[in-house]
Formats: sequence, structure tokens, C-alpha cells
Amino acid sequence: MPRWARAVLAAGVLALGSLYAAPLWHIGLTAPQYPEGLGLFIGIDRITGEKPQDLQSINGLNHYIGMKEIVPASFPELRYMPILLGVLIGTGLIVAAWGNRRALYAWTALFALGAAAGLVDLWRWGHDYGHDLNPRAAIKIPGMSYQPPVIGGKQLLNFHADSWPALGGWVAILVLSLAVALAVREWISARARSA
Amino acid sequence: MSSSLARRIAGLMSVAAVVAGCGTAGAPVGAATDAAARVYVAPGHYDEMYAFLSGGFSGNVTVYGLPSGRLLQQIPVFSQYPEKGYGYSEQTKAMLNTSYGFIPWDDAHHPQLSITNGKSDGRWLFINGNNTPRIARLDLTRFETEEIIEIPNSSGGHGSPFLTDNSGYVVSATRFSLPTPQRDMSIKDGEFGGMLSFVKVDSATGRMRLAFQIHVPGYDYDLSRSGKGPSKDWSFFTSYNSEQAKTLLESNASQKDKDYIAAVNRVAAEQCVASGRAKDWTTPYAHNTVGEDGVARSEILRSQKVLEIADCPGLVYFLPTPKSPHGVDVDPTGEFIVAGGKLATVIPVHSFSKLQKAIADKAFDGELGGIPVLKYEAIIAGEVENPGLGPLHTEFDGKGFAYTSVFISSEIIKFSLTDFKVVDRVPAYYSIGHLMIPGGDTEQPFGKYVIALNKITKDRYLPTGPELTQSAQLYDITGDKMKLLLDFPTTGEPHYAQAIPASLIKDRQQKTYSLADNRDPHVTKAEKDVKVVRQGTKVHVYMTAIRSHFLPDMIEGIQVGDSVFFHVTNLEQDWDVPHGFAMLGAQNAELLVMPGQTRTLTWQPMRAGVYPFYCTDFCSALHQEMQGYLRVSAKGASVPLAWNGGAGTLGK
Repeated sequence: MPRWARAVLAAGVLALGSLYAAPLWHIGLTAPQYPEGLGLFIGIDRITGEKPQDLQSINGLNHYIGMKEIVPASFPELRYMPILLGVLIGTGLIVAAWGNRRALYAWTALFALGAAAGLVDLWRWGHDYGHDLNPRAAIKIPGMSYQPPVIGGKQLLNFHADSWPALGGWVAILVLSLAVALAVREWISARARSA
Repeated sequence: MSSSLARRIAGLMSVAAVVAGCGTAGAPVGAATDAAARVYVAPGHYDEMYAFLSGGFSGNVTVYGLPSGRLLQQIPVFSQYPEKGYGYSEQTKAMLNTSYGFIPWDDAHHPQLSITNGKSDGRWLFINGNNTPRIARLDLTRFETEEIIEIPNSSGGHGSPFLTDNSGYVVSATRFSLPTPQRDMSIKDGEFGGMLSFVKVDSATGRMRLAFQIHVPGYDYDLSRSGKGPSKDWSFFTSYNSEQAKTLLESNASQKDKDYIAAVNRVAAEQCVASGRAKDWTTPYAHNTVGEDGVARSEILRSQKVLEIADCPGLVYFLPTPKSPHGVDVDPTGEFIVAGGKLATVIPVHSFSKLQKAIADKAFDGELGGIPVLKYEAIIAGEVENPGLGPLHTEFDGKGFAYTSVFISSEIIKFSLTDFKVVDRVPAYYSIGHLMIPGGDTEQPFGKYVIALNKITKDRYLPTGPELTQSAQLYDITGDKMKLLLDFPTTGEPHYAQAIPASLIKDRQQKTYSLADNRDPHVTKAEKDVKVVRQGTKVHVYMTAIRSHFLPDMIEGIQVGDSVFFHVTNLEQDWDVPHGFAMLGAQNAELLVMPGQTRTLTWQPMRAGVYPFYCTDFCSALHQEMQGYLRVSAKGASVPLAWNGGAGTLGK
């Protein structure tokens, strides 16, 4: 890898440090009674309300449909994701320092795999919350489940749910795209050299 | 005079026109042609200003939006208010305590917004109670009464609260002079006194403290304003009945040509108090405050600093003013002091700079009760001729004009502060008392509108039996001519009002109480902690409310003769989700519990049986299901205390 590419990679890897503060994902809910909306931010180590009381409000509303309470402490991911991110940043910096092409491929693949696993995990939790409903719930609609989308919008009874990357998510997407672009460039120039 | 008569005749003719045009869709009487467009606020849109109207003898404050005249809220202050449980719940009862005990009503007159650097700041609203003299402070992030202080040695707390510069003090004056200190004496022959009271306002917290009182001759002190700018160290109080009549005042107090405005040098008063020249009096008075835990507590205080005129020279001067003056209002520059002589044929405008010169020159016309009377000619800046009959109150637009309400001829007049000539007049329907320009009593009026606060509505609304609605009217004052835009009904008697641009208040609204920070001594923060505790014949129910159930909602083991305290905590943390609580046979009211708040209702079961309680504020789709039962057994019955939820065993 040329020097500039290693510098760009290093900068991108360092930018991933912002994920310790900036949330990855945002789920927003609006309804006629909630024109100002309710929202959840999902970070690598926390789930918080968009406004201070939003998480409690969402839990309060969810009890009508028999959804389990969202208790951030019950998610093991929130404990080990910060460590995984540390590993990703550490190895990323090593790759940038080393400049080895194959190491870059491996690191990019590791990052992509981790991101995919994260999205699958988000879907899995959404599915669990949306389907594992208390049979004694006040509101029971045959065939209705309440799984929020991973990306995009969906109408759930009177609420419209929107799920999109938040600031940290966009940073991750950008850095991953950067890594892929660098890897592709390395691959093309390597092929050119061997040809 | 003749043109006033013509005005009155014109007014009567317009009444006749209304009667004649009854039921037709004619043009609105007196209104501008574009009035509808000027006051229309489309659904879902906000008004431009908040207006705070005194609820008069309802004892509360009403909040309206301007220019629409839509009622937004009623804030209970001096009166019990069952809709909110105010003055009924254990947390709010103490707010209505006085040295005479619990007093569930008063007559609220003059709202006053707090001021910073000469401008209304939207932090607090003060209002006086007239009957058992009190001053209340309302917090405008919650629209709730936070503090009430009683004024000792006084009665008829009408000339109040009228802030001094930068919200330094609120004041109160004695309207019905009394034996001072209070004691048994002959009404006819006894010597009565008046009291001008200064209550210090803490600039950070708003907390009030009775700083000092000034003992003055026994006239009827009516209204007040404090100076601004050059006159900021002075406060002015009108008085009538310098005749000191004690019976049939309507005639006996109207004999002299002139009565007096008492001009009080507040800095001189502070210095006299600081140098130990005040006497210590010991009349009890109540001071009621809401603590950090949200619970109102009442303290009876027993000491006040009273200044005698003789002990503090230069403290008070009398400004002779024609015929039983009512309002005294100071213009935004602080130079002009406008008096409304109820029975006068002119509006006298005193000059503050002339007043200072007259004091320096000792231009006195004798003295009364040790108070120098200044020469009328030495202090007068001008007299407004032909003001109509019965001028009362004046507000200012900050553009060099004054607007005076005129009661008997039922109109608002506008006059120039340059030449004191009347430049416009417009009828009020009917018998206007106070008038109000947003910020029109401050150094920096917001202007744009003037509101007439009327005493009589007669034919302006659909009739409702002998008692008709109270009413206010909104006029545009942006042009040379005042234009009537809107009539809107009000509650109680809207004595006075204040208004402020919405932007100074709306973004600072508290939406809920933080449950985590709830420090009520009887809070229940989670359903697992609900319980019922018996202490002798007192039973404390620690209850939670959340959409859509109470916990516990089954309680047994209560006996006839018990006092049951329902400590209901609303666990919601979402805006606009209060829960109500009502109990069959409760001899007080409901509770209305805001999100995160705890409120306590006391209930005394009279007869054995099973009694339901329920949520009164439609909270959710399953609001009708939000109910519970409480079993009452005979006194001494063996039914054990039991409940569901928490560690309770009932229903398991």
C-alpha cells in the first residue's frame, strides 16, 4: 500500500473511535398522539431514549401489546461490542502501519463480517421483541406482530416506525466503504503489477 | 364634557342598534372590518402571546392566547380548585394557610410578570389576594402556584403586587385602614392606620420575604406602581378617603377636592431599616412555600420591621391629586406619573423631575400625619383635558402615547405624552376597569394590542340568566386609530392582566416531573414497592398509576373510623399523561397527578362495604378499565390488612 493509502486507512480507523460516543442506529416512532415522536438510539454499549423519558414511554406503550420491556442491561452485546470495536481499531492501525495488501483484505473482510453480524443481531432482537408477546396482553390482533424494520419504515398499528443508521452508523458505513475502495484499488494495482 | 355626553349617547345608540339588529348577520358592532383575519389562529397553530388574566373573585389566574382570546389554562392560586385537587390534596393544602387558619378563597386582582432590566422576562407571575391580604408567586415553567405570603397589619390588599424595578420588591397597601396594630376599639372614634408593605423578591429563586412596612395615616390606599429609570427608587400609592370616613364612604369620602398619592422613597426606607430605626412588631403571618419535595408547607412568622414616619424623615411625600384617584401609572421613561381620578374632570400627569425639585425647594403645602404635602402646581407636568368620565388606569405603548381606561363613559382614550392632548378614543363594551398593553407597564412595552377588562357585558353575548359572562376586548393599536378586534369571555372578574410574547415562555415549559428525582415523602417509584401500612387508625396506601391500572387495585382490612391516605404516584414520564384518582364518598375532591408526581387524597370510610376508585383523566384506550376496589369492614373486624402488588398477598 502506498503511503497516502495507509494514511487514509489510519484516519478512517481512528474515526471509528467516534462509535464509542455516537449512536449506531436510530429507531423513531410517530403516531397521531405523538406528533413530536418517540425514539431510541442504539450505540455499541447503550440503548437510550432520544429524549430522556422516551425509553420508559416506549416500554409503557409496548405493555399494551404484550411486548417485553426493553432493559438495556439484558443485552450481552452491549458488553462485548466495545471490546470488539477496540480489536477492530487496533488491528486496523496495525494494517495501516504495516501496509500489507493481504492484511488489508483480511481486515476489510473482518469489518464487513462484523457489520453484517450486527445487522443480523438487530433483526434477531427485533424479531424476538416483535413476536414473543404476552398472551394476556390488552391488545391482541390475530396475525399481528410488531417487529420494527432494520432499515426503512413500517406501520405498526397507530405507530409508524422508522429505522435508519445514526451518526455512528454512517461513520461505520463510510469507513467500511473506504476500506473496500482501498482494498479494490490494491487488488487492481496488484493485478496490473503481476500482468 | 359635552363630547363625553355625545359619546355616551352614541354608545346608547349602538346598543339600540344591536337590539334592533338582533339575530341578523350584520357587521360586528364596533369592530374593524378586517377583525376576523387579525384574530384568527388556524387549528394547530399557536397564538402570538400569552395573556394572564386575574380570575377576580374566582381566586385564580386564567391564561389566554392572544390574539385569538382562546382560554388555555386556569391556574388555581387563592381558591380550592377541585379539578386539580388544589387545596384538597395533602401536598397543596398548606398553600392556603394563613394566620387565621385555612382560608379556601380569596379575591385575586393584579397579575404582574417578573421584570429583568425593565422588560417582562416570563419567569414568574405575582398576584395579590385582596380579602385576606396575600401575595402569590406562580412559576411559569410549570404554571403552578409556588409560594404565598400573607401581609400582616393590613387589610384590603388591593394596591399589590406591582413590582419595583428589576423585580426587587412586590408591594402591598392597606385599602381598609385598621387599628394598627389590630385591637378592639371604637369604629367611630378610633384612630386607624394604613400600612405600605415591601416584600423582597430573591432575584435567583423568586422567594419572597417581608422586608419592611411603613405606617401611614389611615386613608384608603388603593393602587400602586413603582418608578423606572430616574424614578426607580420610588414607589407611588394612590389613596382616597383622606376624609377618614368610616361609614357611607361613597359620599363621605368624596368631599375633598384633592386626595393624595403617597410617594415613597424606597432607598430612604432601606437606609432607615438598616440603621435600626424600624420598630419590631409581632403580628403573626403565614408564609407558604413548595419545598424541593413538591410538598407545600406553611410557616407562621411573627416579626416585622415597621417604620414610623416620624423616625425616618424624607421617607414619604404626598402628591395632591384631584378627587379620589384610583390608578397611578408611571410611563416607560419614569418621568410621568399619571393618576386616574375616578371623579375628576381631568387626568393629572405629575412630573418626577419636578417632584424632585419641589422636594429640594421644600415647595410644601403643609403636612399631614407628619408627611409633607407637595404643592400641586410645583409637581404637575400637565392635565389631560376632556378625558371622559371616570378615568381609572393608564398603560403605555412605548411610542410616546398613553392609553387610559374610562369607566363611566366606557371608553379607552389615547393621549400624547408630549402635549397631553387626547388623540383618539374608542368605546368599550361596557364599563372598562383596567386596561392592558402587553408590557405596557414596563420600560419596554411590547405594544401591538390593548385589552379592555370590562365590568359589564349586557348585550354582548348570549344571555345566561341573571349572571352574565365576564368579558375582555382586544383592540389593535398599531395605527393612529385604535380598532376593536375581538370580544372574549373570561372567568371571575378580570381585574387586571399581563401579556408577553409566547417565545419568552413556551420553550421553557416543563413537560413532566422526573420520577427519579421525586422526593415526596410518600413516593412509590416502582410497582414492586407498592404497599399498605396501618398506623393506628391511619392507613397509608402507597399506590402507583400507569396506563391503564392502579396498583394495588384490591385492598382489604380497612375499617370504619380509619383515615385512609391514598399516596398516588404517577409512574408515567410522558408529556400530557396525567392520571386522576377519585374515591366514592371522598369528602374533598379528586386528585390530578402529573407524570412523575405524587399526590395524596385523604378518605374517611363511613360505612362498611366495598368501594370503587377510578382514574378520572382519560389517559388511554383502556382508561375505563383503570379502577380498583377497597373493602371496608366494621370497626374491630378481624379482616386482615391485605393488598395486591408488591409484597401484598391478595389476588395471588
